[in-house]
Amino acid sequence: MKVTTEDALHIAQLARLRFSPEELEVLRRQMESLLSHFSQVSELDTTGIPPTSGVLPLVNVMREDIARPSLTVEDVLRNAPDREGDCFRIPAILEEE
Amino acid sequence: MRSPTIGLEVHVQLNTASKMFCGCSVEFGAGPNSRVCPVCLALPGALPVLNRRAVESAFAVALALHCQIQPFSQFHRKNYFYPDLPKGYQISQYDVPFSRNGYLMVETEQSHRRIGIIRVHMEEDTAKMMHGRSITEHAVTSLVDFNRSGVPLLEIVSAPDITSAEEASAYLTELRAILRTLGISSGNMEEGALRCDVNISLDAGTRAEIKNINSFRFVRKALEYEIERQNALLDRGEPVVQETRHFKESSGITVSGRTKEEAEDYRYFPEPDLVPLEITPEWIDTVRQRLPELPEERRRRLHEMGLFPAEAATIANAPELARFFDRTLSVFPHGKEIANWLLSEVSKTLNARNCTIDEIPLRPEGLAELLQLVHRGTISSKIGKTVIAEMLATGKSAGEVVHEKALGQILDPETIRGWVQETLAQNPKEQEAYRLGKDALFGFFVGQAMKRSGGKANPELLNRIVKEELEKQ
Repeated sequence: MKVTTEDALHIAQLARLRFSPEELEVLRRQMESLLSHFSQVSELDTTGIPPTSGVLPLVNVMREDIARPSLTVEDVLRNAPDREGDCFRIPAILEEE
Repeated sequence: MRSPTIGLEVHVQLNTASKMFCGCSVEFGAGPNSRVCPVCLALPGALPVLNRRAVESAFAVALALHCQIQPFSQFHRKNYFYPDLPKGYQISQYDVPFSRNGYLMVETEQSHRRIGIIRVHMEEDTAKMMHGRSITEHAVTSLVDFNRSGVPLLEIVSAPDITSAEEASAYLTELRAILRTLGISSGNMEEGALRCDVNISLDAGTRAEIKNINSFRFVRKALEYEIERQNALLDRGEPVVQETRHFKESSGITVSGRTKEEAEDYRYFPEPDLVPLEITPEWIDTVRQRLPELPEERRRRLHEMGLFPAEAATIANAPELARFFDRTLSVFPHGKEIANWLLSEVSKTLNARNCTIDEIPLRPEGLAELLQLVHRGTISSKIGKTVIAEMLATGKSAGEVVHEKALGQILDPETIRGWVQETLAQNPKEQEAYRLGKDALFGFFVGQAMKRSGGKANPELLNRIVKEELEKQ
C-alpha cells in the first residue's frame, strides 16, 4: 500500500509534529510497510459477516448517575507544565478576532 | 428579496449529577479544576463508563422531538488536536447516532411550520479555555479549566427548514421550553447550558456558519445581519464565501473567522473503550412512560380552558409556573382566574424581586384559598389585590390577612340570602303589608338583613336578593 510524502506530512501536521525530510521519509516507509502488512486482512472472504467494531460480547454497559469525589486541585495540576491560580497555563491559543 | 435557508445546530448540557463518562460532579460555578479526575484529564489507563441517566435524558429529548430512536448505536472518537481536549479526541457519535428524523412544530406570528430534526446525538463537552487573561509577566497566555470536560452534551441538528430570523428564534424558544419541561437541562444560555451554531444561505446558495452564539437575542441579530450582508454581496455580484463567522456582541455584526488552511480531518473511528448500545423498544417505552406533558400539549389544554394563547404560552413554556398553575388548579378548578392572578399580581412580584415562583412565600394552596374568597364573593377582586400584596410581603395566608384587616365585605349571595330569608321569616306581618302595596317596607327588610350580617353584606347584592326573595313569596 502506497503512502506518499504528502500523506506522511498530513498525518504529522494533524498530530502537530514536525520532522526533518529524512525523518519523514523513514516514517513514510514504516507506515507503508505497516499498512501493507495489515492489508492482508482484506484478502479474507467476509461475505455474510456483518461489519463489527468490537470483539467483546457486551452491550449497554452503564453506571448509575452518582457523583463521586474528584481529585484535589493540587493533584489535578501536578502534571501541569505551568499554572496560574488553579488553572493550567499553556501557550496562547489565539481566538480569531 | 432572496429567501433565507437556515439550519441550527444546538448543543445542550444535560443536568445530570455526574459527567458523561466518569463520576465527577456536573456543577456550574465550582472552582477551576475542582471537578476533575483521571478520566477528564486523559491520564494513562483511565477508562470511560457511560452514564445511564445521560442516555435516558437523551432518549427523552429524542422522543419529545418525534425522532426515531435507532436499535443500535455507538460512540466514535472525533480526533483533533486542541488543548481543551487532553485525550486528543472527543467521544461523540458519528454515522450511528442514537436518533434521527424528527421534527419540531414552530409557531410565529405568520406561520405554524414543521421544522425537521436531522439527528440528535450524544457527546462530551470540552474543557473551558480562557484567553489572554494572564496576571503574570507573560503578556499573552491561555488558561484551561477542565471542570466542563466530560459534561454530557446533546447535539441537536435541525434540517435547513428555517426561513427567517424570527422563526429561528421561535425554534429555540420551543426547544428550550421542551428541554426545561423534560427537566433534563437548565437551558440557560448565559451559563453555556445551551449553545447555538447557525448555518445560513440565500436562495440555496453558498452558506456561512456562525459559531457559538450565546443568547436568543444574538441568534436573531446575527441572522438578521447575515441576511443583510449576503444580500448586499449578491446585489453587487460578489460571491458569498463558505466560511465560519463570529458574531460580535458589541457591534451586532458577524466577522470572518480564520479561513482554514486545510479541510478538517477528524478521522472518526469507533470508540474501542465503550461497547455499543442496543436499544430495545421496551427500554424506549420505559422512558416514554416517564415523559411529562410537553409544552405544545400543555398550551392547547390551557387554551381550551379559556386562557388567551399568549397567557397559555407564558405559563406552559415555564415549567415551574406550569407546575404552580396545575397545583392551584387541582384545588381551585378555574384556570382563567388562576392565570389572571398569576400573570398579573404574582408575575409583578417575581419581576420586582427577580426570582422564580418557587422562591416567594406563596404556595399554590395559598393562591387557591385567596381565589376561592374572591370567587365566592367574600372579598372583591380589588380587595383581593391588597390581600395578595400582603400575602407576598409577609407569607401570611389569605384568611389571616382578611381577618386581621377585617377586609371581608360579604359578597357571597348564598350567605346573604340566608340572612334575608331569616329576616322575612321573622317578619310575616310586614311581608303581608308589603305585598298589599306598602313599598316603603323594602328598606325595612334591607335594614334588618344588614343588621344580621353585622354590617358586612355587600349593599347592592343585599338589595338584589331582598327583591328576589320578596318576589318569590
